[in-house]
Amino acid sequence: MRVAITGNDAAALAMKQINPDVVAAYPITPQTQIVQTFSQYVHNGEVDTVFVTVESEHSAMSAVVGAAASGARTMTATSANGLALMWEILYIAASLRLPIVMTVVNRALSAPINIHCDHSDSMGARDSGWIQIYSESAQETYDNLIQAVRIAEEARFPVMVCQDGFITSHSVEVLDVLEDKEVREFIGEYKPAYSILDVDNPITVGPLDLFDYYFEHKAQQIVDMPKAKDVVLKIGEEFGKKFGRKYGLFEAYMTDDAEVVVVVMNSAAGTTKAVIDELRSKGEKVGLLKPRLFRPFPAAEIAEILKGKKVAVLDRAMSFGAQAGPLSIEIQSALYLAGATASDTPVSSFIYGLGGRDITTDNIKHAIDVAKEGRHGHFEMLNVRE
Amino acid sequence: MSLKGYKEIPDAGLILNAPTSIQNKTGSWRSMKPIFHEENCINCLFCWWYCPDSAIIIEDGKMKGINYDYCKGCGICVHECPGKKGNKALELVPEKE
Ligand code: SF4
Ligand code: SF4
Repeated sequence: MRVAITGNDAAALAMKQINPDVVAAYPITPQTQIVQTFSQYVHNGEVDTVFVTVESEHSAMSAVVGAAASGARTMTATSANGLALMWEILYIAASLRLPIVMTVVNRALSAPINIHCDHSDSMGARDSGWIQIYSESAQETYDNLIQAVRIAEEARFPVMVCQDGFITSHSVEVLDVLEDKEVREFIGEYKPAYSILDVDNPITVGPLDLFDYYFEHKAQQIVDMPKAKDVVLKIGEEFGKKFGRKYGLFEAYMTDDAEVVVVVMNSAAGTTKAVIDELRSKGEKVGLLKPRLFRPFPAAEIAEILKGKKVAVLDRAMSFGAQAGPLSIEIQSALYLAGATASDTPVSSFIYGLGGRDITTDNIKHAIDVAKEGRHGHFEMLNVRE
Repeated sequence: MSLKGYKEIPDAGLILNAPTSIQNKTGSWRSMKPIFHEENCINCLFCWWYCPDSAIIIEDGKMKGINYDYCKGCGICVHECPGKKGNKALELVPEKE
């Protein structure tokens, strides 16, 4: 079935079809529409979900942690400062291995206050132990959310599915949507490993854990998290077989024979594809690598695509004081580990689009031109005034 | 108790074989010790309500004494005990050995 809806409504529709047991959420621009539309589904009796209205995002994440520990299928949604307010509980959710699914609509963090898109919110949460999946379009947001339920439950880590605030969250797009029944069958019934409400099998969740065992529990996360890659691949494959849209760890667009490859996530990948199509029609060998899975980071797989090419990494967030944006640092580390050198794989880094600043096709062409010169270590902000 | 490796323990710090607090004999922490004087006891069971370690022994709804395996000597029961005519049924004395 095809429908014309916004990225936010696509996320709300996915949530409706997933029909989670518990949703606890607090409104924040640009995510508000998701919980607003979803609360209408709850009000109309179109879902069986218990919707917990809370006084903050800290409470929203705390409530879904409690519900998930009780064995419920749980979801929530947030953006920017709301995600920042969840910080403490993000780590708890991940460390308790609770399969919570959260839809994040990327927005800049204050100050100065700004409601538009960049990735500083979710990039800041990259070390929290959540699986992170990025979506170029409303379609990908919808598909990723449905897959995220299975990924979270099989990998036993919470998953955040990110899309770009306003750019995709508020733009109407024609979407291929699944039947309720297809979604229900795909995600299946959730069988939790344990529940704190199971009085016949009492357990303790979250006890004090000091220098004798804390490190061992962190070691489990360190060892288990990379294994989530295989789960993501398997479920992306199965989704493709069933519904015709296959998903991997990233999308490699015309990279095989490319001399220059642009690396960029979320909606700007769409703009980059238009640039690549145009340059390809003029005979230029350019390609795009769009990471879908950022945590765990598919370092070896990405390095295999990029090694030997000239690389331009476009970051929509900055790790202040670092050598480049978080995506570029990750890419450079992956390449170095794979034995790439500055001479065979030069990497140029660019920051773009902070606070919703447009990125134009000319900006992307400029990044490609710089990369083509092999300017390894080059760092530049695109479309900013001096 | 030998410490286990990360492959041998439940993940997320879960304790699946609750209640493990029974294995931890908190009685060894004691520096002060409550003594029970049955003659002053009115069986109000305040001590049982207040004891943080469930160390008050109750039989047939009556206070019967203290389980010294788990009593850590905090003295809360002694503080709360009303006793009979101003004489407490619980007294806190220094732990000997
Ligand atoms: S509080 Fe004192 S009087 Fe009351 S039951 Fe305990 S020992 Fe007896
Ligand atoms: S001294 Fe403390 S631990 Fe011991 S019986 Fe009294 S209240 Fe319980």
